[in-house]
Order: sequence, then structure tokens, then C-alpha cells
Amino acid sequence: MLTCKELTEIITDYIEGRLTLFQRISFQLHLGMCRHCRAYLRQMRLTVRTLGKMPTMSVPQDVEQELLKRFRDWKR
Amino acid sequence: MKRLLAGEEAAFLELVRTHHGRLIRLALTFVADRSVAEEVVQETWLGVLNGLRSFEGRSSLKTWICRILANRAKSRAVREGRMISFASLAESDGEDEPAVEPERFTSAGRWSQPPESWSGDTPEKLVLREETRAVLDEAIAELPPIQRAVLTLRDVEGVDSASICNVLEITETNQRVLLHRARSRLRRKLERYLKKV
Repeated sequence: MLTCKELTEIITDYIEGRLTLFQRISFQLHLGMCRHCRAYLRQMRLTVRTLGKMPTMSVPQDVEQELLKRFRDWKR
Repeated sequence: MKRLLAGEEAAFLELVRTHHGRLIRLALTFVADRSVAEEVVQETWLGVLNGLRSFEGRSSLKTWICRILANRAKSRAVREGRMISFASLAESDGEDEPAVEPERFTSAGRWSQPPESWSGDTPEKLVLREETRAVLDEAIAELPPIQRAVLTLRDVEGVDSASICNVLEITETNQRVLLHRARSRLRRKLERYLKKV
């Protein structure tokens, strides 16, 4: 039987779809019975999704102008 | 892509604005200096323009750009005599840091201090808060370089893991272990922060 502690160590492989069939079944069985681990999985997913929504630093004006100039040269 | 090839400036600006900051973050995992990173990213954009017409779309545009960046950054680091191979870093990143503090489990491996629900928080709401972004940015900056590179590529940029292994020249297993450590660290930071607010 998978413990909570073990679950927190294979959770990335679960999210990335890299567990074997047997591991995945144990993982899901455990989740079905353990609300704490369900909360943990939600936290991990939220962390990952939040990272994907991180805004990027803005591009400095002069850099943008220079790149645009290069783009115009490239078009020709 | 079509708009780019048609020479539409708006499409090019959109591409630059979407990726520039992230590319700088990624470049900083190869070179130490911010101004060098900026140069490398500019060189990358020129490389993108040079290759755009022959880009065959076998990988996604994003992956292709990241690969150009990695190559430029690597040769730059080599020139400056400070190239660290990611493969060797991946090997040496061996300390077995647990995903969660061991004291939060009973001796039988069950939660004794379980995670609290973050319900009501969506990624959109979280990133809207400037403070959360600062927490994440800082946490990313504190990661060991190789973990930072993997996490930035996979979760911030959304690059698939096969391409990451290719760009960083590490094995698939290493990639997953590094990603796991990095994500676990970031979750811990977020948890600590969300407990306070």
C-alpha cells in the first residue's frame, strides 16, 4: 500500500503521465481514500499552472525597436 | 507562423513580447551575467530571423527558439571558459531532498501536518497578485541552475520533456527527478507564503 509520503515523491511522474499501470492504480486508489493527498495534488497542479501563467518581463523599448528594424531588413 | 513569414510586424512583436523575458530567464541559467544574457537573447532573435524561412515545423516554434538560445548561450559560455555541462550538473544534483518536510509525516508515512486546501485560488488569481509573482520569481532564482533550467522550460515555457532533454543534453530520468525537486520546492514556498496572507 502506497503511503502519503511515498505519494508525494512520485507525484511528478503521475502528473507527467510516467507511472507504470500498476503504480498509477495504487496512486489513484490512495487518492480515493485520502483527502490530504487530494489536497496535495491540487496544490501541485495549482503550482504548475500558476508558473505557466507567469507574465514575462517587458521588452525594453530600444531592444524592441532594434529587433523590429532587423525584422524589416529580413523582410526584404 | 504564416503571419510571420508574410512579414507581419505585429506578429513578430507579439512573438518577441511573449518570449523575450522568459528567454532571459532561461539564458541566465547558462550565463551568470544579466547583460550577457540580454546579448544572448538578442543574438537568439537574430538566429530566429535567419532560420525562419527554413524552419520546418518539426518541433514547435517555442522549442525551436529555446534550442537556438541554448546553443548560443552554450557557445558563449564556452568562449568565456565557464561552460558547465548540464549532464555533469544533473549527476551532481544528487542530494536527496524530500518533496515535503519529513516531520510532516508520521513514522508510518501518513500526514501528521496535512496540506491545507488552497481552494478559491486559481492560477489567474494567484499570478494577479504582485506579491505571489515575486515569491515565485525569487523561488525560481534560488533553484540550482539545472533545476531552474528544467522548470523554466517545462512549466513556464511549456516545452515537452523530450525537447528539454535534447536542449539540455540530460537523460529523461534526470529531467524528471530535477523537475520533481524544483516543483516540490516551489510548492513549499507557495504554501509558506499563502499561510501568511
